[in-house]
Amino acid sequence: MNAPSITTSSAQDTAVPSRFNLAAALKDAFITALIALGLSIPILSYKTEQNGSDLFLASRWRLVAIFCAIVFVLRVLEHAFLATRAARKALPDPHQATEPVHAEPSAYQKVSRFAIPMFLGVAVSFPILVYLVQGGLNESRYWVDLGILILTYVMLGWGLNIVVGLAGLLDLGYVAFYAVGAYSYALLSTTFGLSFWICLPLAGILAAFWGMILGFPVLRLRGDYLAIVTLAFGEIIRLVLINWVDLTNGGAGISSIPRASFFGLPFTAGEGGFADTFGLEFHGMHRMIFLYYLILALALLTNFVTMRLRRLPIGRAWEALREDEIACRSLGINTTNTKLTAFAIGAMFGGFAGSFFAVRQGFVSPESFNFLESAIILAIVVLGGMGSQIGVAIAAIVLVGGPEMLRNLTFLKAVFGEGFDPNEYRLLLFGMGMVAMMVWRPRGLISEREPSVILKERKAISGSLVKEGHG
Amino acid sequence: MDIFVQQLINGLTLGSIYGLIAIGYTMVFGIIGMVNFAHGDVFMLSAFIALIFFLILTTWLGISSVALALLIVLVIAMVLTSLWGWAIERIAYRPLRGSFRLAPLISAIGVSIFLSNFVQVAQGARNKPTPPMIRDVIVLFQGENGYNVALSYKQIIIMATTAVLLTIFWYLVQKTSLGRAQRACEQDRKMAALLGINVDRTISLTFVIGAALAAVAGTLYLLNYGVVSFNDGFVPGVKAFTAAVLGGIGSLPGAVLGGLIIGLIETFWSAYFSIEYKDVAAFSILAIVLIFMPSGILGRPEVEKV
Repeated sequence: MNAPSITTSSAQDTAVPSRFNLAAALKDAFITALIALGLSIPILSYKTEQNGSDLFLASRWRLVAIFCAIVFVLRVLEHAFLATRAARKALPDPHQATEPVHAEPSAYQKVSRFAIPMFLGVAVSFPILVYLVQGGLNESRYWVDLGILILTYVMLGWGLNIVVGLAGLLDLGYVAFYAVGAYSYALLSTTFGLSFWICLPLAGILAAFWGMILGFPVLRLRGDYLAIVTLAFGEIIRLVLINWVDLTNGGAGISSIPRASFFGLPFTAGEGGFADTFGLEFHGMHRMIFLYYLILALALLTNFVTMRLRRLPIGRAWEALREDEIACRSLGINTTNTKLTAFAIGAMFGGFAGSFFAVRQGFVSPESFNFLESAIILAIVVLGGMGSQIGVAIAAIVLVGGPEMLRNLTFLKAVFGEGFDPNEYRLLLFGMGMVAMMVWRPRGLISEREPSVILKERKAISGSLVKEGHG
Repeated sequence: MDIFVQQLINGLTLGSIYGLIAIGYTMVFGIIGMVNFAHGDVFMLSAFIALIFFLILTTWLGISSVALALLIVLVIAMVLTSLWGWAIERIAYRPLRGSFRLAPLISAIGVSIFLSNFVQVAQGARNKPTPPMIRDVIVLFQGENGYNVALSYKQIIIMATTAVLLTIFWYLVQKTSLGRAQRACEQDRKMAALLGINVDRTISLTFVIGAALAAVAGTLYLLNYGVVSFNDGFVPGVKAFTAAVLGGIGSLPGAVLGGLIIGLIETFWSAYFSIEYKDVAAFSILAIVLIFMPSGILGRPEVEKV
């Protein structure tokens, strides 16, 4: 979309009166509710129930009425909010800055100075905290498991962030590299009996290799087409995993994958195990806590490498590529190498995460690597603010941990009925969140970050000052 | 030979459905240059709307004539799906004009995830089968060892409906002022706006027309397969997008041509090679076409403006 849009504002701006006009707002809200009613017929108003081979309908007009009422109220509130904001904006702001680039550290920087060590501290001491709070290893199992899950997504988010956030290449097939990593470990360990510590780097290398293979053909493509081709590649890899039964055992997956050992000491009860060597009493949770620290270390490694790479010429080339490919090429940057390294390094971390996934589950099947998984990882990167490391971590915690938290809230069950499972609504909210984010904060929750390269003094760059792609 | 003819008929039926969906992709891409990733899910949604109204008409209102029921369902599905298409554009895409390049695509992915999960939550995750509505077939000729090459009535209905709607649509785009406005916006949006065309309305109407044609495809899909589930939007959506790209994105005859080609490739691939890898074939064609001939068969080569 090269043409500067001269048409966007008309519809919205006229809808915002300078002073709150109740009658107009009510009328508009009524129309909106009417549209909502139209949208909910018949998908919401009738539910198809199955009885044997027959379908029959159950009507749910009460639900539709509640839905339309909510839409109506929200629309009125939106009008009220916009009107008050418009009235406020009409007055000149005494503190209006003429220069949007501040020399002083911004609020975000002040917060991040404390927030990052705090996050790190919590992450490192998480199993101990959980142990103390829950009062036992058995009780803390659920929480450590959740922590592992969240950290896996943090790592995947950081890995994808290299491709999407730094190099600006929208990759919809990232889960393919996750799958390559997982299957590399699963196949190497079950057929050749290699240990996890040998397979981990191998999985990363193989995934990076695949990143290069899939990166080569898409070098000439940009934007949307690149995204669609990576999506096609991701799906092809999944379909091959399903159908190549001789190698991958097809849809049934590979089970009984060997567990990770503590640098050679297995987590077993007997002689020579981890507990025996360190004189501890054997407990199944030792392995879980070890896995927690393993994924934490891997995630931090991803972060560390990304932060360092951003300062190297290659990282700066990635960011330049994201901002403007043509300018980049005119300045003599080899865009081929730049794109391929972004794909390869992003894929490598995906491969590490995949091999961790395989060792944690002890089981891999193609169903774990469908497009939705790619979309969730992308949602984490997008909601976190493309390019912002801490933002991605927060988004992963919110998006993966949030639904689990909701499940534990008992009052929701009281409101929505006994069978209420927030996990059903998780993806619904993901989808809405992605749209809302693009509409209101296209730069993500944390849209401000320090520039990678600083001349003399630290300045904050606001996301709105940086353009991306060819926007 | 007999299998070949049968597969040709099946392929053309499938291809008409893909062609109808592909028009939605190609029109939207032509006018605002975005891949409407959610279009496949709009198609799935319309199949559900058709299913529910078909049940209402046959079980509650007791309409016994299948042809009449089908006609009513088709019209209702088109109207309601158009409303969805309009609302999606208004909420998720219009505020993003002038945002960065990838924003509309990410938003469209969000809409796609939302729609499929909305239908899942609202209608349940199981496949929804309908009793076969039309069973009659015409036996064209009898091949060797008793293999009958048959053309079923539903295949005739699918191809005829597609042909009629495409003719109407063709007239709409080529002969009416709306079509002229739309083609003008496609060529130069700014200039069209300066000449007094309401660009926002034209874009909205593009989405509405695309959604209406997707609704036709959804109804015909339901008629053909008799079963629909909440995740049926993704793969047909990608295949239809492949069709749009193959035919040359932005080109309307190209979309139909691409749809027919993809339908034929899919059925022949399933019949002669392997049915397991039919989706791999579709995805591979997508990747190959995008990489090696991004302008497709009938498309204009993309001129890169700096």
